[in-house]
Amino acid sequence: MMRRDLAFRILARHVGDAIVVPVYQAAQEWRHIKNDHDLTYYSIGAMGQASSAALGLALGRPDKRVVVLDGDGSLLMNLGTLVTIASQAPKNLIHFVCENGMYEANGGHPIPGQGKVSFAGLARAAGYAKVFEFADLAAFETNVAQVLAAEGPVFADLKLVPGDPPPQDYTFIHGPAAREAFRKALKR
Amino acid sequence: MSESAPVEGRQIIDAVAKSGVEFIVSVPDITTSEGVLWPLAEDRRFRLVRVCKEDEGVSICAALSFCEKRALLLIQYTGLLDSINAIRAAGCDYKLPVAMMVGLLEKEPGVPPTQSARFGVRIIEPILDAMGIPHELVELEGDAKRIGPAIERAYKDSWPGAILIGRRI
Repeated sequence: MMRRDLAFRILARHVGDAIVVPVYQAAQEWRHIKNDHDLTYYSIGAMGQASSAALGLALGRPDKRVVVLDGDGSLLMNLGTLVTIASQAPKNLIHFVCENGMYEANGGHPIPGQGKVSFAGLARAAGYAKVFEFADLAAFETNVAQVLAAEGPVFADLKLVPGDPPPQDYTFIHGPAAREAFRKALKR
Repeated sequence: MSESAPVEGRQIIDAVAKSGVEFIVSVPDITTSEGVLWPLAEDRRFRLVRVCKEDEGVSICAALSFCEKRALLLIQYTGLLDSINAIRAAGCDYKLPVAMMVGLLEKEPGVPPTQSARFGVRIIEPILDAMGIPHELVELEGDAKRIGPAIERAYKDSWPGAILIGRRI
């Protein structure tokens, strides 16, 4: 298992000018680690919708790489998205799922199928072009550039444990300033 | 053209195209299947995104607006009901444009939706009203002129809007 904050620090060094779409605790952590990345789309709306929003961005901006930092509980709430994304086949979409086996933002309760469900298997069966799994930080660091550069849609399951709790700022994440910053960054 | 004749699919499609919509995001709806969705699927003016569930479409349409791309979510009223939380979040809380065309399955022709015998149909307009989402009923040829302005308003106001299709096309 990797610590999520350490995995994100590695990712932050490789993400370049990609659009990043993080959810819930991943969003808090991403903002804490990479708060200067104004190409971050925090406006994921209802739970489970990050990858769908990312698909919209990937279709609307095929010139940009779009990186989703999904949650396992979130993905379970919108599993059809795997089939929709695979069907649309955006070459610029990289879909990470942060698998910690729990609803971290809602009391730490286990997800259904904790430790049993194979998210990589689901993505592979849905038809993603490339599928990866990482449970080891060194392996992730070695391969992250390849994951980000692969022709999509790409799926990568990150088997994680939470790191030190990041500062919580849902007011910013759901607020208009985050959307305005993203809108401006996307126009540059 | 007769104001009282049923609206035709080609009128709807032309109005959507003229409003600058490039993406059609859809779960099939029998109300609009034959006259709208099948022809749209062959129409090169649009990219059709078939989604598994309607709330995916809400998020796709909202995100496309950041890319300055217009989209139409073509769904059935049952899908609208299923997507209320996504519309609430992306459309209403975030104030993003989500232009929706919603088939009122089995609404009786000529009967106002709120007076339909179908419970699901009756509650659509009150729910949209409660959410502050403007809606237009399109049922007759003369109603087609409401489509363009409804889509335009959603993008100008950056807010959801619903075009309710009141009869099978």
